[in-house]
Amino acid sequence: MSVHALRKSASSSFVFVGIGLPIEASAPAYQSHGTEGSHLTNITNTKKAFPVLAVNYEHVRKPFEIALWILLALLMKLGFHLIPRLSAVVPESCLLIVVGLLVGGLIKVIGEEPPVLDSQLFFLCLLPPIILDAGYFLPIRPFTENVGTILVFAVIGTLWNAFFMGGLLYALCQIESVGLSGVDLLACLLFGSIVSAVDPVAVLAVFEEIHINELVHILVFGESLLNDAVTVVLYNLFEEFSKVGTVTVLDVFLGVVCFFVVSLGGVLVGAIYGFLAAFTSRFTSHTRVIEPLFVFLYSYMAYLSSEMFHLSGIMALIACGVVMRPYVEANISHKSYTTIKYFLKMWSSVSETLIFIFLGVSTVAGPHAWNWTFVITTVILCLVSRVLGVIGLTFIINKFRIVKLTKKDQFIVAYGGLRGAIAFSLGYLLSNSHQMRNLFLTAIITVIFFTVFVQGMTIRPLVELLAVKKKKESKPSINEEIHTEFLDHLLTGVEGVCGHYGHYHWKEKLNRFNKTYVKRWLIAGENFKEPELIAFYRKMELKQAIMMVESGQLPSVLPSTISMQNIQPRAIPRVSKKREEEIRRILRANLQNNKQKMRSRSYSRHTLFDADEEDNVSEVRLRKTKMEMERRMSHYLTVPANRESPRPGVRRVRFESDNQVFSADSFPTVHFEQPSPPSTPDAVSLEEEVPKRPSLRADIEGPRGNASDNHQGELDYQRLARCLSDPGPNKDKEDDDPFMSC
Amino acid sequence: MYLSVLDSRQSLFCSSVSFEQIGILHKRFKQLSHNEDTLRRDDLNTIPDLSCNPIRTQIIEAFFDKRNFHQNGEGTVQEISFEEFLVVMSHFRPPALDMTEEQREIIRREKLRFLFNMHDTDNDGTITLEEYRHVVEELLSRSGALGKETAKGIADAAMLEVASISMGHMEPDEFYEGITFEHFLKILKDIEIETRMNIRFLNMDTTNLCK
Repeated sequence: MSVHALRKSASSSFVFVGIGLPIEASAPAYQSHGTEGSHLTNITNTKKAFPVLAVNYEHVRKPFEIALWILLALLMKLGFHLIPRLSAVVPESCLLIVVGLLVGGLIKVIGEEPPVLDSQLFFLCLLPPIILDAGYFLPIRPFTENVGTILVFAVIGTLWNAFFMGGLLYALCQIESVGLSGVDLLACLLFGSIVSAVDPVAVLAVFEEIHINELVHILVFGESLLNDAVTVVLYNLFEEFSKVGTVTVLDVFLGVVCFFVVSLGGVLVGAIYGFLAAFTSRFTSHTRVIEPLFVFLYSYMAYLSSEMFHLSGIMALIACGVVMRPYVEANISHKSYTTIKYFLKMWSSVSETLIFIFLGVSTVAGPHAWNWTFVITTVILCLVSRVLGVIGLTFIINKFRIVKLTKKDQFIVAYGGLRGAIAFSLGYLLSNSHQMRNLFLTAIITVIFFTVFVQGMTIRPLVELLAVKKKKESKPSINEEIHTEFLDHLLTGVEGVCGHYGHYHWKEKLNRFNKTYVKRWLIAGENFKEPELIAFYRKMELKQAIMMVESGQLPSVLPSTISMQNIQPRAIPRVSKKREEEIRRILRANLQNNKQKMRSRSYSRHTLFDADEEDNVSEVRLRKTKMEMERRMSHYLTVPANRESPRPGVRRVRFESDNQVFSADSFPTVHFEQPSPPSTPDAVSLEEEVPKRPSLRADIEGPRGNASDNHQGELDYQRLARCLSDPGPNKDKEDDDPFMSC
Repeated sequence: MYLSVLDSRQSLFCSSVSFEQIGILHKRFKQLSHNEDTLRRDDLNTIPDLSCNPIRTQIIEAFFDKRNFHQNGEGTVQEISFEEFLVVMSHFRPPALDMTEEQREIIRREKLRFLFNMHDTDNDGTITLEEYRHVVEELLSRSGALGKETAKGIADAAMLEVASISMGHMEPDEFYEGITFEHFLKILKDIEIETRMNIRFLNMDTTNLCK
């Protein structure tokens, strides 16, 4: 078992803790773990005083050591970011490996055996969080648009790498002077297949920091995820073959079949668990606290199940995350969504850190067999085969792509093919019967070091130098969203006119199938009818409202002074038009979202808010408060008009829709009968809000100078805005929303 | 054969539509028009794939909009010939790999002009609030009983955004007439339209036909 390995090999590394501390005889109840030596003192006949303070390290050794390692890793990570210049130049992964080397060296100096990155620990505990994080937040649109290219790179590229390297290394081993004539072809091919796969952990770690444009990112990243199936099949294949020693045509054929089984099987397993998770999340409206756990556990089960059948666990995880995400996000609460996001990021961050540190430690620890020629050739061949593979495949792929890959793109794709811990773990898994195992391990480690250090460090300046297009950091724009949707429909329509069943046609069919059949089953309540554009719009408004609430004041956060007045026909100038628009917009957001936003302040272990027994009551109260708000708003908005003296030359136009604004129906809100999520709508109680936020009153003072009605109107509306703390399910893609508590 | 009709201004268009693609489109044209020489609106209306498209009317109108045929055309026609059909379709071809930045810019403008024409139904050169509202309403029309209010809200917010980006600052009594083509270009410059507004089968490697 992995943890035992950890414990055994690290046992004496902490021996210095035990030295000098009297190991007392604790009460018999603590002896159940069968630790050695601590109960021997019990046998003496003399009566000992009751042990007031006793140390029993063995009792907590296992979790203590694990926690200590993790803490060390995180402290290192913390330390790097405190050194400003360092983290800008050197990618974090390199620093962590160096730390691992240092720690490993330290342990060796003490004279102990440093722990090695145990493969089981790696594959079962450290890798899944990273992959789940990647899969759950996989940007679907660019992925599906480029899935053909990604698959070609992942499958054919990896096969090419494996055979090219394996073959050439075998040829090298045939040369007498190298001294490796004992290595047969299958062993070389096995080695080639281990070292040829691009590693998602390393790619993620490096690419995260360089912010490259979306296309190249998704190509390299997608390839690193999807090549797992190829790696698994090739590894198992060659491992089996090298035991047997001969290969027949049937074996090769079976290998190909195996590839399809592994990859499609993995995806299927993942999809099944994904649908299960989505279905489960439909019923979690009463137990919101455990919602994130369902996501994590179903995904982990998908991974373990597929590993059980020797299918591709990574593809299962990706499929699970991708399948369940749209439905789960429509069902769960906003807080659960944030929890899932933060937990995934946290776990994947910890895993990544631990992996790199252990990689460093294992380098110091592991048995090494160095052969200059072999190792150097491996490194060079890695680069060469990658470059050749990318160029060759791109040449073919570009014939089928609309958006061709430029030379710069190709270069980054080739240069970004980093190897990482997966290769090491696979090498470590090789049974000791391979006489070349140590040599292979050394070579793998060297390749990993080379790619992570050299390529990882230089890729950022190269990106700058080549002026490769970077990811555009832009705020979501509602115009872009409208036009994206418009374009989808337009292109589907034009494809229909041409009679060509293309990309958009099938996408549209899938969407329709999804909406009519699948969403009905997997999304709770009436939510499944809500189209994307509306969700996007609501999310945007919510954001602005939250920003407003956070800043504690009404003034606009818009960079410009343009308001609805400037756009509506026959606008009226007002003293505080800016505020008026903000208020109106916020009201709109509030009133249409109220059902989702109402939460009480009770927190218990089982619920985060009260049950919805007050549904009807809240509905009525809501309407009343809405009327009240409108009355106040109308009062507020019309009063200044009466008081203003007309300035000469200013065009004063009656705002015709002003009067309409204050009636329930013409208000640009979504009507209340509309489908709303089932999250429990608790009552909005404006009255309760007042005593809670006395300090805010001071902030609302604006250059109004008008009657207290304005103030009051603002206050009411401010209170209403406060209820935005938990707006219920929405597709929030930004990550800077704070945890809001009402 | 048909290419001689297209004038030199459109040479940029036809240079990337290959002979066989024209053949395919010609066959389709004949099929839609029931072997006549011109296509009418009703012929397009009967396409089953279009029936569930929310912006069907706009798409069909775009084929009969004279602004999409020539630079200076205006108004709509009742029937179109194959050349005009081809010209409309050519708005959906992708830029070639070896194009310069200016050529890409031209293509970008042309595609965005097509979209602009689809929105600007009264051809006054601007997309007014009413027209934009209509666009959003149509987009959401198939999405269920959510009513016009949401569409209005979305369109209002979008218009506000355009005004904010294009005008920066406006006096309270100034009135923003509508989205002009330049503003339209500005707000959509980030969506890389030249790579997105393409029909895949028009992208096979081409031979230059009219030089």
